[in-house]
Amino acid sequence: MRNNAGRGGIGLFAYAIFYLAFLYVPVLFLPLFSFNDSVFISFPLTGFTTQWYGQMLADGAMLHALGNSLQVGAIASLVSTMLAIPTAKALTRYRVPGGATILGIVNLSLFIPEIVLGISLLILLNTAGVPRSLATIMLGHIVVCVPFAITVLMSRFDGFDKNLEEASLDLGENGWMTFWRVTFPLVLPGIISSLLLSFMVSFDDFMIAFFLSGDEATLPIYIWGQMRFPYKLPAVLALGALILIVSTVLVVFAESLRSRGLKDRHKMVGA
Amino acid sequence: MTTADSTTGGGLTARLAHFYRRSEGARGLVLLSPTMLIMLAALAAPMALLALYSFWTQDGYVVDKTPTLAQYATSFGRATYRELFYRSVEISSLVTLITVLLAYPMAYFVAFRAEKSKFLWLILLTIPFWTSYLLRVFSWKLILGYNGVINSGLMSLGIIHQPLEFLLYNPAAVVVTLAHAWAAFAILPIYVSLEKIDRSLLDAAADLGDGPIRRFFRITLPLSMPGVIGAAVLIFVPTTGDYVTPSLVGGSGGVMIANVIEVQFDKVGNWPLGAALAMASMAAVGIVTLLFVSAMRAASARIR
Repeated sequence: MRNNAGRGGIGLFAYAIFYLAFLYVPVLFLPLFSFNDSVFISFPLTGFTTQWYGQMLADGAMLHALGNSLQVGAIASLVSTMLAIPTAKALTRYRVPGGATILGIVNLSLFIPEIVLGISLLILLNTAGVPRSLATIMLGHIVVCVPFAITVLMSRFDGFDKNLEEASLDLGENGWMTFWRVTFPLVLPGIISSLLLSFMVSFDDFMIAFFLSGDEATLPIYIWGQMRFPYKLPAVLALGALILIVSTVLVVFAESLRSRGLKDRHKMVGA
Repeated sequence: MTTADSTTGGGLTARLAHFYRRSEGARGLVLLSPTMLIMLAALAAPMALLALYSFWTQDGYVVDKTPTLAQYATSFGRATYRELFYRSVEISSLVTLITVLLAYPMAYFVAFRAEKSKFLWLILLTIPFWTSYLLRVFSWKLILGYNGVINSGLMSLGIIHQPLEFLLYNPAAVVVTLAHAWAAFAILPIYVSLEKIDRSLLDAAADLGDGPIRRFFRITLPLSMPGVIGAAVLIFVPTTGDYVTPSLVGGSGGVMIANVIEVQFDKVGNWPLGAALAMASMAAVGIVTLLFVSAMRAASARIR
């Protein structure tokens, strides 16, 4: 019996390793071929080069698109986190009537296909006579980011001791000072991880920006345009490899911040 | 008169303030209403406009606002569109099935066997999900292409002498790519529902003589069904409307409904037809999802 379970355990572990390989190997071809000394993305590898990284860095249009993406991501993540903080607090701290329904409405954008969100926002802009620009992309990204920000923040608000806030109120601090001196420092890791994850949702988004961008392109839009030209692919791979590394570092940082101190009690990430 | 008015006003404010301080629910509602109103406006207004557009007609460069069902007649009546609806639902059903089946053992491993390294596994499983969607899909184009990774790899090993043409630009390529890109959406909900299962139920079943297989089918699987259903919905809904994957790896045989919707808003410039196609595909997705969820609920109730 025990023997049986042990063998099952090894089988399951092997499966888990294969599954990880399935997740990672396809993506790892990007960095592999970004160092290959050939315009053609195929085996056998011909030699090591960093020329594609040089080509990428010399590409002014790409750097401009990167700047646009950083700008859009910064504002979208800031606004959506600010919108999410009171909502997350209300839904975790107070017994709000119809709380589940409210959460459902706020999270609705998760259940609408991105292309439909994109075209419906495009129709809205068109009807209101607003020209497409980086600002309109930010608007679209805020709609998509808020559910993520709320989920991240709710898990942080859920995780700390409510008594600390009550103690502060009992000791004579008013509501605002209690928020500022007790709640805020305690949820700060959650706020930072909400900012980071919202930023990444925005930075990664292609579909919304595809419909809402004007003359200014974000990075995914720029990459999409480059994919048609085979001779530009190695530089796209170099860029992709960099994005993979930076986003991996950011995710690990955001997730460990969010779960610090919560790990033992909750034992879950649940994004 | 004015004094009377102001006293009633003052009384009302005082009473409201009192109620506000006393009632948790009221405080909560006040806190979350700004965000809720903004989100509602940013979603409801565009959706209402989309619905309106679907009843209008494109007349050259202007939109004729006489209400008509013509766009829906075209959406459902034209064989090409009907076929694309079927194909999109078919492809993403297959994607959902494969992704959930592959993810279940993985989530089971993390919930029941990973023990101390749970957090590490969850991080490892979520990282690929946060990295660029566009690049994840694009990497499959590189892998499956005519001169791609698989073909050139097999040829340089001498296993094949000519590139395999059937790898890229077909519905199967779309299915594989989507199943890879959406994996995290299946693992997390299933993991959460497995994690919630009270372990003493399993011990009790073992004490009463149930073997591991019976324990799994009588306790673990039925109790994790909410996670499985959640995962299926989270994957099925967005993949039906996916645009990037069919565009990059689908070829002409793998075109999905999102591709024809996009064309209406871009090259063709027929927004009302695009809006009707979008509304129709949301309705189709909604109906299939409802049928699926109620069927699954009924099935899992029967197991129990």
